This record gives sequence, C-alpha cells and structure tokens, in this order.
Amino acid sequence: MAVRPRLRILIAKPGLDGHDRGAKIVARALRDAGFEVIYTGLHQTPAMVAEAAIQEDVDAVGLSILSGAHLTLFPAVMEELARRGGGDKVVFGGGIVPDEDLPALISAGVAKVFTPGASTQEIVDWIRANVRPRG
Amino acid sequence: MTKRDWLERRYRTEPERRLRFSTVSDMEVEPLYTADDLPADTAERVGLPGEFPYTRGVYPSMYRGRLWTMRQFAGFGTAEDTNGRFQFLLGEGQTGLSTAFDMPTLMGYDADHPRALGEVGREGVAVSSLVDMRALFDGIRLDRVTTSMTVNCTASVLLAMYLAVAEEQGVPWTAVGGTIQNDMLKEFIAQKEWICPPEPSLRIVVDMIEFCAREVPRWHPVSISGYHIREAGSTAVQELAFTIADGITYADAALKRGLAIDDFAPRLSFFFNLHNDFLEEVAKLRAARRLWATIMRDRFGAKDPRSLRLRTHAQTAGASLTAQQPLNNIVRVTVQALAGILGGVQSLHTNSLDETLALPSEQAVMVALRTQQVLADESGVANVVDPLGGSWTIEALTDRMEREARAYIERIDALGGMIRAIEAGYPQREIADAAYAYQQQVDRKEKVVVGVNRYQVPEERPPELLRVAPDVEVRQADRVRRVKRERDGAAARAALRRVRAAAESGENLMPPLVAAVKALCTVGEISDVYREVFGQYRDPAWL
Repeated sequence: MAVRPRLRILIAKPGLDGHDRGAKIVARALRDAGFEVIYTGLHQTPAMVAEAAIQEDVDAVGLSILSGAHLTLFPAVMEELARRGGGDKVVFGGGIVPDEDLPALISAGVAKVFTPGASTQEIVDWIRANVRPRG
Repeated sequence: MTKRDWLERRYRTEPERRLRFSTVSDMEVEPLYTADDLPADTAERVGLPGEFPYTRGVYPSMYRGRLWTMRQFAGFGTAEDTNGRFQFLLGEGQTGLSTAFDMPTLMGYDADHPRALGEVGREGVAVSSLVDMRALFDGIRLDRVTTSMTVNCTASVLLAMYLAVAEEQGVPWTAVGGTIQNDMLKEFIAQKEWICPPEPSLRIVVDMIEFCAREVPRWHPVSISGYHIREAGSTAVQELAFTIADGITYADAALKRGLAIDDFAPRLSFFFNLHNDFLEEVAKLRAARRLWATIMRDRFGAKDPRSLRLRTHAQTAGASLTAQQPLNNIVRVTVQALAGILGGVQSLHTNSLDETLALPSEQAVMVALRTQQVLADESGVANVVDPLGGSWTIEALTDRMEREARAYIERIDALGGMIRAIEAGYPQREIADAAYAYQQQVDRKEKVVVGVNRYQVPEERPPELLRVAPDVEVRQADRVRRVKRERDGAAARAALRRVRAAAESGENLMPPLVAAVKALCTVGEISDVYREVFGQYRDPAWL
C-alpha cells in the first residue's frame, strides 16, 4: 500500500497588522499533528500569499486576519490564487470575523472560517476531513 | 506551628481537587503563604507609599489624593468619526484621551496606497496628513486634556502633527501633556508594526526623547509597554522582564546620546497588561515598581526621585476576552481592572465586552467606563493606599516575580542587550513557546475558559456590533489625494528633503518633521523617506 503523502499547508498572514499569535499557534499545532507547514510571516500582500502557495505546492492555505479587512483580503487571495492556476487549493481562515460576514466569505470560495475560541484540535480535525493531497 | 509543620501535619492529609495549582502564566503557587515565606527585611524592602523602592505605590496619597486617569482607547473611521467618540467619552466623565490609529497610519502608508486597501479606518482612525489631525482634535483644547497616542514606527510623524495642531490652537508646547507609545523594541518582540530595522528605529525613539526633554517637558516620549508582549502570549514574568529590559535599553541609548539620566528618566512611563490571574497581576505591578526603582538608582545612578518612580498605564487583557457569551467579559474586565487598581496604576483602560467580535460599540464602551467608575466610587478600594500590602501571599509573589524577572534580565544582558536578543529571536521565541503551551492547556481543558471549554451554551445571540461605514476608505483616500494636489508642492518637496538630510546626517529628526507636517507632507511620504534611508525590516517568520 502506498504511503499517503503528508499534507502541505501554507499558513499566511495577509494585511498590515502584526497579530501573529494565532497564526503561529495554528502553524505549530498543524506541524505537531503531522502536516508539513510553511509559514509566510507577517505583512503579506494577497499576491505574495498566492505566489508562496504555488511555489510551495501546498494543498491548502490558511489565512489569519484580525484587522477587520477580511472582506477585502480573503477574496483578493482567492483571485490571486485563481490567476496563478491555484484555484483548486483549499482556502480556510480564522480571525476576528463577525458571523454576518461569513456568507460573503463562503460565496467567495473560502471553505471554512474559524472564529475566536476554536481549538487547535478542531482545526486539525477539519483539515483531515476536508483536505486531500493533490495529485 | 511553623508553615512546614502545618504543611506536613495538617495539610498533606487533606485531599486536593487538582493535581497542581498554577496561575494563568502556569506559575505554580503554594497552598498557603505565611510570614515564614518572607525574609526578615521584608518590611524595609516593601517600604511605604511614595518612598523608595515604591513597592506600595509611587505617591504617598495614591487614589486618596487623585484617582487614576480613566482613559478609554478609541479610534475608527475618519477623524470626524473619532472626534465624535472623543466628545462622547469626555461628556461621560472620562478624564483623558487615547487614540487608536488604523493599520495604514501605524505602518506608514497613506489611505490611497494599494497596501491600505481594506484597512482604512478599520482598526483605528485614519490619519494621513495634518488635515486629518486637525479634524481629530477639533473643539478639544490640547492644554485642557492629556492625550495618549498609540503609535510606534510612525510616532515621530504623529507627534509632529500633534505639536503642529497645538501651535495652531495657540497652545505652547510647554503646556502640552500626554504620552506617545513609541516603544519600538516591543514592536520587534511582540506587536510587530515596524518600518526599519531595530537600530535606526531606536535612533528615532532617542531623537524624540531628546527633543521632548528640551521642548515638550510635560510629554512622555515613550511608553515602555509590556501590554503587547502579554497579548502575544507571554507569561506575566516575561512581560515584566522584557518590559524592564526594554526600559534599560532606552536609558542606555539616551545616555549614549549624551543626555543625563535625570533629564529624561522622569518622563519615561510604562504600560502593563492586566490579565485574569488576580494575585499574579497585583504582584507583577508591585515588583515592576521595585525593580525599576532599584535599577534606576543602582545601575544608572539616578538621583531625582521622579526618575525612580515607575508610573504606568494599564489595560485589561484583550486576549482574555471571549466571543462566546460576551457579557461574561464584563466580569473578566472588572476583576482585571481591580487588580490594576490594587496594583497601583496611574491610568487605566477597561476593554469592552464586544472586542473579540469588532471594534467596540458606544454602549459597550459605556459599560467599560462605568466599570471603572463603580470601582472608583462604590467599591471602597480607592479609600486606602495599597490595601493588599503586607499580605504574605502578595509579598511572597512580588518577591518571586522580581527574582524571576531579574534572571531574565541577566540572560538578556549576557546576550549583549535587548537589540542583540531581538536579532537572535530570543524574546520572540520565549513568548511563542509560552503562547503555545497555554493554548495546549486550554485545548486539554487544564485551564478553564468559561463559555469556551466549559459551561458552553449551544446558541447565542450576537450583540449589536459597530460597523465602520464602507465608504470611509474612498472618502479618506480622496481626501489625502486632494491634500497632495492642493498643497504648495515645492514647499512640501523641500520639507521632505530636510527630513531626509536629518535622517542621513543623524541630526534630530523632530524639528524638520514638524516643518514637514506643516507643509502637509503625509505619513506615507515621510515613512518612504525612512524606508529609503534606513531600509525596511522584514518578519523573520520564526515559528
């Protein structure tokens, strides 16, 4: 039986704010759960995030946004990914996102948004259930 | 019976409901503290309020003389929106202003910059030029309020604007009082808003310390901040230690510039976090005062008592609040604020119950301010100076926090000081490790977060949230474009060249900055000069 390849996940921090506590915790938790994790660091533009996702050939992209700019940044990352042929990558995210903004993000193609209080185990379980290694 | 006898003979036979008891920072605490936990010279080391080493408070009368300043951090949308919130808070009995700027302003981009897209007016007020700063303080005389401005890598520009507004109001700089956060070291350690690398960032901070000591004597040119270190996930001891180590670094740098310690140290102020663990927080604030007073006297030879007194603003812990059952946050904030008051702070911000969901609504801010007013006027705790002083537990924990913080400071000294430690990623890694360890404890339910991992309710109705008007970005971008179009272009270019010359030569940046903002040079343009002259710092992206 072939060994199932490890999932590769990009954790990215688009936007100008420096709140990286959540992104770093999630990145470490995913690594501890056995995934391959690449972390972009802070202050990325949507184009930089999409470029990193393509270069690193990841299966999924997790975006952390706490600046209130989620309605701009999530769709912008989706567009930049699609433009580079990365539209098949699963995009999820987390941050300060009011419930009423969730439908707009889901319709932009974001697969899941974790809001404050989500446990790292929930995020790990969701990825195991929803992300498949590509090709 | 000694404590040891009591523990052996009476306590050990009793069952305990947990395997270990530790603070929110995971510092294990003993079941009981007695006089046996304190060295013989405790009374002397604790001292009296207003006396060295200021463990019991920096002033003799503390809140019997004057209550702490109630200072709610506010800012969203345009300058006019935030001016309205300021007027509301002053009308409700708030006694000082505190300004939150939006991310583009904090990071040195104008509202019309592509990187500002989606961020204008979201996390604070958008200020791109003097035109915005004037509107922000419209109708507020700058000699009648003290203002705190939370801004760091663009602090020099915003201070220049504030001084220009004062001048326009006919208020002399000597009558202008307030604080600008301007603590770049903790930016690299925790909050992570920066333009240029640590060394030139520190140089700009020292320019401001030097300039204010000479020209704006009632201003606090740097607010040495543990708040963001804690929010990034540090322990209480790390918050204390890294903050004091940052203070040492600023003092060293100002001395190297040629200033005398007592010329600037009285205007250094602090900003600490108030987290959930009540006893730990009270002890932290008391240890901070004793540590700073001792370091200023013994390490820096300060003589002026004002140099020895650690005066601090404090804010309840944003990261401790929960999106689940948000009304519970009022209770958390009350406990945290009480720790601040019993810890002897000079100024206080209480967080709003809806902050994990959005910027606070007017109603939520009102409850937060009323929390302080209830504590001040109804609880009675402000009637006695340092009422917890002499508690065996509080004094033992104060001793321990001071001791553990000293050990960290020695490690940082051994690394060659805080700048070298930052370059090596030392404080950043310590904090990330502590943050991860805490999250694991919460996920394993070893630490209880009410409403999140215990006592959950299935369905909740979200509170009314503040929404920033969607057209703010367009209006603000139009405004800064108009400013750039309509100003005297030649004068603005000349003023920017003067800023560049000062940046390159090492001459104090503040006088050319004041001239540049008056010529309507923008935050983005001046930050571009910094980027070009000093280079841009990039996140090392350590995990």
